[in-house]
Amino acid sequence: MKVAPEEIERPDALGGIGNSGSVSGCQSPIRRADHVSFYDVEGIRADFPILQQPMHGYPLAYLDSAASAQKPFQVIEAEHAFYARDYANIHRGFYVLSQRATELYDQARRKAQAFLNARQEHEIVFTRGTTDAINLVAASFGEAFLKEGDEVLLTGLEHHSNIVPWQLLRAKKGIVLKVAPVNETGEVPLDEFIRLLGPRTRLAAFAHVSNVLGTVLPIAEMIRAAHKAGAKVLVDAAQSVAHTEIDVQALDCDFLAFSGHKLYGPTGIGVLYGKEELLDAMPPYQGGGDMIASVSFERTTYAPLPAKFEAGTPPIAQAVALGAAIDYVTALGLEPIGAHEAGLLAYATERLSAIKPLTIVGTAPKKASVLSFVMDGVHPHDIAQVLDSRGVAVRAGHHCAQPLMARLGLPATVRASFGLYNTTAEVDALTEALEAVEVMFLR
Amino acid sequence: MSDSVELYSKAVLDFGRHPRNRRVIAACSHSAQSDNPSCGDELSVSLRIDQNDVICEAAFDGRSCVLATASASLMTELLVGKTPAQAKMLFHRFHALASGDKEEFDDGMDVESARLTVLSGVHAYPVRMRCATLAWNTMLAALENERTQR
Repeated sequence: MKVAPEEIERPDALGGIGNSGSVSGCQSPIRRADHVSFYDVEGIRADFPILQQPMHGYPLAYLDSAASAQKPFQVIEAEHAFYARDYANIHRGFYVLSQRATELYDQARRKAQAFLNARQEHEIVFTRGTTDAINLVAASFGEAFLKEGDEVLLTGLEHHSNIVPWQLLRAKKGIVLKVAPVNETGEVPLDEFIRLLGPRTRLAAFAHVSNVLGTVLPIAEMIRAAHKAGAKVLVDAAQSVAHTEIDVQALDCDFLAFSGHKLYGPTGIGVLYGKEELLDAMPPYQGGGDMIASVSFERTTYAPLPAKFEAGTPPIAQAVALGAAIDYVTALGLEPIGAHEAGLLAYATERLSAIKPLTIVGTAPKKASVLSFVMDGVHPHDIAQVLDSRGVAVRAGHHCAQPLMARLGLPATVRASFGLYNTTAEVDALTEALEAVEVMFLR
Repeated sequence: MSDSVELYSKAVLDFGRHPRNRRVIAACSHSAQSDNPSCGDELSVSLRIDQNDVICEAAFDGRSCVLATASASLMTELLVGKTPAQAKMLFHRFHALASGDKEEFDDGMDVESARLTVLSGVHAYPVRMRCATLAWNTMLAALENERTQR
């Protein structure tokens, strides 16, 4: 089949749900416009093939989007179409496929740029995910700007991925890690955070949203305070990017990281946003192909941004499909998505609060759609197992945040988290399954 | 209704509500502690082995889910009266059961092994295997870990 080059531009031209993921633009039906103007959750669910299957004879209630979100067919189709029609390695290809793949890869970067409102396209570095992005900053920013005795300020609710890279750097360079404490409700009090900013603080690195408790941190104020103290800021947006709009220029953060798979996109792809002047001043993270300008055994010069930080063949199809995921979320609108999820969280909080032996963990006034809880006398693993037997998929454990769990005095919690496709009926299924747990273990 | 409910048989739930031998043996001769990294659970096993090389007391302690608690309860009940070598045999019997090796398990079926079958459901749940085997692995470590007498 002959493909006219202008067809590659069609997804952009059409935009919106129902065709955004398809390179050819012909496989996917175009959806009604009211899909966007009012929140048609049933219509949205129809986009997610995986949600259509029953689980143990019950409708599947997927309440684990904070771990990883499911994918709409627009994303699945985008990756499929890319491999089926447009795939080749990017850059320096003299043939059509390589040029097409390069263009689609670059287009995905522009989508990520627009999504975060980054000033420059080359401030978007594709990584394997949030973890990879944080490790990149720790290794490269750490190499360029941190020396013995310099301080990095974290918070007590960080995911292990925003703790361990800094500990590795501490072992290497002798930096000092400071930790802003978490209070009883699961918040990081701003004054405590500010109190820990000192003359040696070079970087503050913190989550936008707690993956365990859902607490939304006051990042705008934290960034301002850190800058006032002369520190740079890295925001871990893994848990926020699918729920709320992010404008890196308005926030003025220096770095921001997120993963594609929590944004209804593929695994193996993520984004590091970094301010141009910082990325420019930082050494490469990994060496290899694609990140060089020229190589000889005597001397190698590096490619300009963002290639300097993208050594080797990147996850090309995943980047393209991440672009489709960004289109999908953008077409629905993060504001309506956030409002829908806030409604679910409020409803779930109300229903679960009525279960006597159950305690909700994390009661900050500002929460994203994450609900952690424990039940007196029943282990989280057993709760999650019984929930699974009724088609309700939740996570149980320490959620890769053991310091936070220690602070809360809990070995583990059960966590239900909501995404753009969840419904109040699924909250009801969760509630009924929890009542069954109570009967089974406690009566 | 799914298989997972079979995990929680009446016997398992009963052990969960009324754990057996849940304590620390102060005068133990062997002990070990381990954790389940997937959930942060911690479990200790303490044993008292007498001069005739027979386990005369076995106990477990710590925080754990119903499956781990039931498995530890059953294990500590079965260990009493056994030599360390027999305890290791029992470990292998349990391992065969938990990993779904039915042929191997049925081959050596006896009254004691039959009691283990209340936990046979776990082999279908790889994540819960760790829960069910936590006490057993800790027991094995304890046998290697003779406590220096003060």
